[in-house]
Amino acid sequence: MHEWALAEAVISTISRLAESEGLREIKEVKLKIGELQQIELEVFKFALTQLRDSSLLKNAKFNIEVVNAEIKCRNCGFEWSLEKEKIDKDAAEAIHFIPEVIHAFIRCPKCGSPDFEITGGRGVWIEDLKGVR
Amino acid sequence: MSDPRLSIIDERLKDVDDIIAVSSGKGGVGKSLIASAIALTLAEKKYKVGLLDLDFTSPSTHVILNAGETHPTEWKGIIPPEIHSLKYMSIIYFSGNRALPLRGLEASNALTELLAITRWGQLDYLIVDMPPGIGDATLDIIKLIKRVRFLLVVTPSRLAFETVKKLIELLLELNVPVVGVIENMKMGESTFIRERIREIDLKYLGEIPFDHALEEAIGDPNRFSKTVFAERIREILEMNDYLKGS
Repeated sequence: MHEWALAEAVISTISRLAESEGLREIKEVKLKIGELQQIELEVFKFALTQLRDSSLLKNAKFNIEVVNAEIKCRNCGFEWSLEKEKIDKDAAEAIHFIPEVIHAFIRCPKCGSPDFEITGGRGVWIEDLKGVR
Repeated sequence: MSDPRLSIIDERLKDVDDIIAVSSGKGGVGKSLIASAIALTLAEKKYKVGLLDLDFTSPSTHVILNAGETHPTEWKGIIPPEIHSLKYMSIIYFSGNRALPLRGLEASNALTELLAITRWGQLDYLIVDMPPGIGDATLDIIKLIKRVRFLLVVTPSRLAFETVKKLIELLLELNVPVVGVIENMKMGESTFIRERIREIDLKYLGEIPFDHALEEAIGDPNRFSKTVFAERIREILEMNDYLKGS
């Protein structure tokens, strides 16, 4: 997912969660980002600061943790970590937008199967939200 | 705790007036050709139209439209390129012409991601070319786009109808609006499909004869728009008030 689209989605989700939990000001947001998303953290943080125009988020601190991409082959059971520097530029760009297209570009290093599972480091989620009511 | 992508899909589609998923329980009934022809015809009538190919494992609308070297633009997400007056989006912009073997959850994630990043802007219609069956993509689109309407494609084959019937039952059970049914590749005079569709109180939108010239027109949208197939789609849309919702 693109950094700006992701930041917009995160802000929108926080606003929705804050409303449902009755929070009027958010102090801290704990975000986890899968390595597979290949987010440029500086761009993402900049987008977050640009998009948080409400009083809800003006003082919020964003803690962002990148989770390593772990892959397990469904065919032979081999487990490996994605070494993104070994992925070519076009593939990296495509995976950045739609991580699942990794299945078009990467094969199990042991048996060559495209049938593998991303066991860690996929997606973006809001792990925790701290605020005042 | 929470998946941020789900929050943004409504925002991405807020300026799209009507979303129609062209679907069928069965493969090979002409969904992609019908979805492309509907989109091109609506664009011909000066409506603002988008075409989204959600068939990730066997995408084909890019071949019909000859999407060639077009690419989306990156701007706070992804802006679909314009092809033959349509805004167009397909997984091929990311996977290229490579095989993309995806299991259920992976296909769901890819679909969610594509809906979350694509900025369609203002559209009168978004036509969605669905993969066959009643699996992940069908359930996802019903879950993620609450106002989607389905247009179903069937052939005169009783085998095709048996499968499409299950999709119809599912949609009716879930209270998902069905625009109607198009009978494609009609070769004889049988009224079997028309009667079955009317029995279940759905709209029979029209029939399209098997068009031997169609294959030659694939990849050439100008030629495609002059086929009997495209002409029948024009008539069907006109007869059915351009599929406008009530």
